[in-house]
Amino acid sequence: MERQASPFAVLVQKEIGDYIYSWKFLILLGIILLTAIGSLITILSIIKDYAANIDLDNSFLFLNLFTASDGNLPPFITIISFLGPIMGLALGFDVINVERNRGTISRVLAQPLPRDYFINSKFVAALLVIGVSIFSIGFLIMGFSILTLGIYPTLDELLRIIFFLIFTCFYIAFWLNLGILFSTIFHQSATSALAGLAVWLFYTVFYSMLMNLIGNAIYDNQMDLGVFLTRMNRLSPIGLYNELTTILLTPSIRTTTALTFEQLYGALPSTLPFSQSLMLVWPHICGLIAATFICFAIAYLIFMREEIRA
Amino acid sequence: MPGTIIEINKLTKLYNGYRAVNELTLSIEEGEIFGLLGPNGAGKTTTILMLMGLTEPSSGTVRIAGYDSTREPLQVKRIVGYLPDQVGFYENRTALENLVFTARLNGITEEEARKAADELLDTVGLTEVKNKKVGTFSRGMRQRLGLADVLIKNPKIIILDEPTIGIDPKGVSDFLGLIKSLSRERGITVLLSSHLLNQVQKICDRVGIFIKGNLKAVGKIEELAGELLKEGNIEIRIAVKEELNEKIMEKVKALSGITEINSRKREMFIKAKEDLSSPIAKILIDSGFSLLHLSTKEYSLEDIYDFYFGGGAADGKAG
Repeated sequence: MERQASPFAVLVQKEIGDYIYSWKFLILLGIILLTAIGSLITILSIIKDYAANIDLDNSFLFLNLFTASDGNLPPFITIISFLGPIMGLALGFDVINVERNRGTISRVLAQPLPRDYFINSKFVAALLVIGVSIFSIGFLIMGFSILTLGIYPTLDELLRIIFFLIFTCFYIAFWLNLGILFSTIFHQSATSALAGLAVWLFYTVFYSMLMNLIGNAIYDNQMDLGVFLTRMNRLSPIGLYNELTTILLTPSIRTTTALTFEQLYGALPSTLPFSQSLMLVWPHICGLIAATFICFAIAYLIFMREEIRA
Repeated sequence: MPGTIIEINKLTKLYNGYRAVNELTLSIEEGEIFGLLGPNGAGKTTTILMLMGLTEPSSGTVRIAGYDSTREPLQVKRIVGYLPDQVGFYENRTALENLVFTARLNGITEEEARKAADELLDTVGLTEVKNKKVGTFSRGMRQRLGLADVLIKNPKIIILDEPTIGIDPKGVSDFLGLIKSLSRERGITVLLSSHLLNQVQKICDRVGIFIKGNLKAVGKIEELAGELLKEGNIEIRIAVKEELNEKIMEKVKALSGITEINSRKREMFIKAKEDLSSPIAKILIDSGFSLLHLSTKEYSLEDIYDFYFGGGAADGKAG
C-alpha cells in the first residue's frame, strides 16, 4: 500500500518537475556551469604561481580555486555573485502571475489545501532546486580540482567551502523571493521580470556610484568616506554577499573594519580559524537571511490577502 | 426526501461600497441541478467564490453540507468540485497528469488516482488524447477535462461557473447532457452559473435569476414563466382598414381571457391568456371591418429572460 502524500509534498514535487523540465532553468544552469568551468580552467593554469608563493602560515591553496583569477575571467565567487541573482529572479519572477493568468491558481486552490501551501511550495521547491544546483557545481569544481591537481582540501577549507555554498543558496534565495514578490505584485510576468532586473541592475551598477556621490558630498575626510562606503555597501545584498564570501574564503582577512595603528600594534600576521571567520561574518549572514525572509513575508501577505478570481 | 445541502443566508459582498452580492438567501436541495442565471457582472462568480471559501463574504453565511464555507473551507473543498469559467491546466503536462495531480492534492494515492483518472477520461470521452499535452486541447476538450477534474475527488456537489462559454452549440448540448446524466447517476448536486438561459434551461431543475447582486426570482422555469405570464402569454396585433370605434372595442373586450387591450386608430394590441385571434377576427369581420393584418406572438423563455434581465419591462422585448 502506497503511503498517501500530503498535498504540500505533491505541490513541491510538481514545482520541482516544472523547473527541471523548463528551458529557462536548463539555460541558466548551462550558463553557470560554463562560466564555472571556464574560471576553473583559468585557475588550474595559474595555480602554480599561487602554489609557489605559499608559506606555512597561509596554506589555503584550495580556497584559491574559488577566489583567484588571472584577470581575464572573474573568479568563481564573482561569477556567482553576478549570475546568482539572475538565477533567483528567473526562477521566481513568474511563479504566481503565470498561474493566475492561466487560471490554474483557482483550480488548485479549490482543492482541500490551505492557501499558503501554494506560495510556500513554490519557495521550497525553488530553494531545493537552487540548493541542489549550487552544491553540485561547488562539488564538481572541488572534485575536478582534486583529480587534476592532486591536492585535497583540509577540514577547515572544506567547512569554509560548504558554508560558502550554503550562504550562496541564501543569497540566491533572496533574489528568488524578490522575484516571487514581484510576481505577486505584477500581473504581467514581463513586468515582474523587468522589475527584478531593474533592482539587480541598480545594485550592481548604480548603487555604489550613488553612494560615492553622496559620500563625497558629506565627508571631506578619506577615512570617514571609507567607513561610510563600507557601511552603505552592506545595505546592498550584493555588497553584503561579496563581503561575506570574501571573508569566508580568505582566512587572512581578520577584520571587517579599518583598524587603528594602536589596535594593530603587536598583532601577529596570522590567518583566522574557520570559527573566527564565521564569527566575523555572522552579522552579514543574519542580514542576508533577514532580507530573504522579509521579501518572502511581504509576498506571502500580499498573496494571502489577494482576491482569487478566475 | 433529500435535504438541503447548500444553505445561503443573507450573503453580502461589498467591493469599495458597491454591493456585488446583496443579502442573497437561497437553499439548494441535494441532488438537484440549480442554474444561477444573470448577465455578466451580476455577482454570480463572486457568489460562487464565497461558496467555495475562496473569497470572504462581507456579511452573511454559507453552509455546505453543514460546514461553514468561511470558517471550514477545507472541509467544504473536500466535497465540492469547482470548475472556474476560465479553467486552466498545466499546458505542458498531459491530460492524465493534470488529473492525477488534482487527485493527489485530494489525498488519493497515485495508483488509485491513475485508475480514477482513466475512468473519468473515458466518461468525458477523452481517452484517446489522455497522453497528449493539454496545450494542444480545444476549448471544448478543456471543458470536458475540467469536468473530469472536478469529478476526480468524488464530490457531493459540483459548481460550474459559465461551463458553456466558448463551446459550439453541439458541444454545449453534449456537455450539458453529460452533466445531467452524471448528476442523476451519482446523485451529485450541481450548481451552474450562466448568462445563457436557453442553453441551461434544458437541464436545470430550478433556476435563480440574479441581477446586480440581487436574486430576482427563484423557481422552476415553468413557474417563473407563470409569474411573468400572469399578464397573458399571447400578444395579438391586428390592423384593419377602417378606423376603430368604442363599440367594436367593447365587443372585443367582452371576450374572456383578455388581460390587456390597447388600440390606436386602425390598430389593436391585445394580451391574452390563450390564442384568441380567430374569435377576434370573427367579431371584426362580422362588424364590417376589413382585416389587413393579424399576428400573434407567444412568449418564450427568451422573453422571461428579457423580462427579468431587462429590468422588468412589462412587455419584454418584442421580437
